Amino acid sequence: MSNLVPYILEHLLIVLIATGISVAIGVVLGIISYWVRFAAQIILWFSEMVQTIPALALLAILMVIFGLGNATIIAGLALYALLPIVRNTYTGLTSVPAPIKEAARGMGMSKLQRLFLVELPLAFPLIFSGIKISVVNSLSIAVMGVLIGAGGLGFPIYRGIQTQNFRLIMSGAIPVVIMAVLFDYLMSLIQKRLTRH
Amino acid sequence: MITFQNVSKSYGRKLVLDNLSFEIKEGQFVILIGPSGCGKTTTLKMINRLVKPDSGEIYINGINIMEQNPVELRRGIGYVIQQIGLFPNMTVEQNISVVPKLLKYPKERWQSIVRELLEMVNMPYEEYAHKYPSELSGGQQQRIGVLRALAASPPIVLMDEPFGALDPITRDALQEEVKKLQKKLKKTIVFVTHDMEEALRLADTIVFMDNGRILQMASPEEMLRNPASDIIKEFMGRHINSRGPAELYVEDVMRTRVLKVPKTLKVLECLDRMDRWEVNSVIVLNEDDTYAGTVQLEAIQEHGKVGHEIGELVSQDTPTVSRQCKAQEVLDQLLDSPYKYLVVLNDDRTVAGLITRTSLTKAIGEALWGAKS
Repeated sequence: MSNLVPYILEHLLIVLIATGISVAIGVVLGIISYWVRFAAQIILWFSEMVQTIPALALLAILMVIFGLGNATIIAGLALYALLPIVRNTYTGLTSVPAPIKEAARGMGMSKLQRLFLVELPLAFPLIFSGIKISVVNSLSIAVMGVLIGAGGLGFPIYRGIQTQNFRLIMSGAIPVVIMAVLFDYLMSLIQKRLTRH
Repeated sequence: MITFQNVSKSYGRKLVLDNLSFEIKEGQFVILIGPSGCGKTTTLKMINRLVKPDSGEIYINGINIMEQNPVELRRGIGYVIQQIGLFPNMTVEQNISVVPKLLKYPKERWQSIVRELLEMVNMPYEEYAHKYPSELSGGQQQRIGVLRALAASPPIVLMDEPFGALDPITRDALQEEVKKLQKKLKKTIVFVTHDMEEALRLADTIVFMDNGRILQMASPEEMLRNPASDIIKEFMGRHINSRGPAELYVEDVMRTRVLKVPKTLKVLECLDRMDRWEVNSVIVLNEDDTYAGTVQLEAIQEHGKVGHEIGELVSQDTPTVSRQCKAQEVLDQLLDSPYKYLVVLNDDRTVAGLITRTSLTKAIGEALWGAKS
């Protein structure tokens, strides 16, 4: 079993890098959608459209740009993770109660101060729940990376399928399931603490 | 201090402010009041540029506010809203210190401001400073809302129906506190309300608006004495004492919803009705609806026979009065007589109503102190 550890770590690393990129881009796109009503439609439409592309097709397209290897699966995961993050950022910011926004404006906060001191902190629980959805999704989709030459737990699963070795398949699949459940549980705990106020 | 010059504003086709011009003097407590949609809130929000006028100018201390940076302008004007709008992600201390921090006060300075302000409203620093708004009652939250507006000692404070959502007791207490704070700190306060009682209580000057115009701008006393229009009179309603207790007549103080039964009613049926009305005496009428007398519950209990008519038990001992009598005269009669009520008769001897000690006391009270809404 100890030979699984490098796969698990690589799998995690791929997901975390992809989520990091997705959060950075997604939150910014969410903020732009919130500020510019016109942009909201385009951005939300785009991120929804990306979600409808089958994973394998998306990876194939990205492979043309990024070639074989981890870069492609990271880009693919980041794109997939975008929608929940953009949408939750946008929803979180728009649902900050109007009186609170008005108070912030009336007290003399600039647009950026309102965003960082009031609106983002209040939207954060919802943004965080978007991130949680993205992480859990990415953990399972990352398995497909093996098809485009990336590492991670997809590798033992794929090898197991090819050699019809059931134990090998399970040794890759079970850690993926455990990680997904674990992340979901831990992040839900954090989310509960965030929404206390 | 604050000057409006020919300010107009429309939303779509609707004209909300119609060429408004007025001046607010320094240190005054000014209340904008009027029916909903009269433009009072729009007027208030123009002072800190949350609403932009279509035409006209607004000056604060001689400076046109449209030529000022809106963010800096707002930092110099306190702002309190009805929905309170405390930041739920910040503690009481953080909420109060928002504007001082925006103005880059050093830490010691804003900390001592927070302490001082909490002290002023009797909310000890140790107990409250680190609580979140959700841990406070509505009244406490709005106290913090007011303190937050005062934190950077702005010379002007705008309040948009700040106490409208609070229960009456809390509202009373906060009105008192705000009035005290204003006197102590000598702020210019512009305050929007639709509650005339609040206006009369707090204002140095009341600005009465309707349809985007000012109908009258006067001190509370002057407005009570000489309301400029019928709408204002209606708004002041019960606060205008056109008649003192000396000019009250019986018809002003009587109760008209009383139990009346025909002479021919059977005893049992009558008891049943008295039970339903929860009364222990009843007025009996002749066939032509004129007054025949009264029947007490005790009389029925002692002499009533099943199947007989109630008319047999009628007594004429209860004093009667005409509805045009002065209430003052009736008062003595009511206090001296052993009866708990007097029957009021119309000129044609039909029954108009009755006067009880309670109804009379209530009417006199209203004439003296105004009715409870």
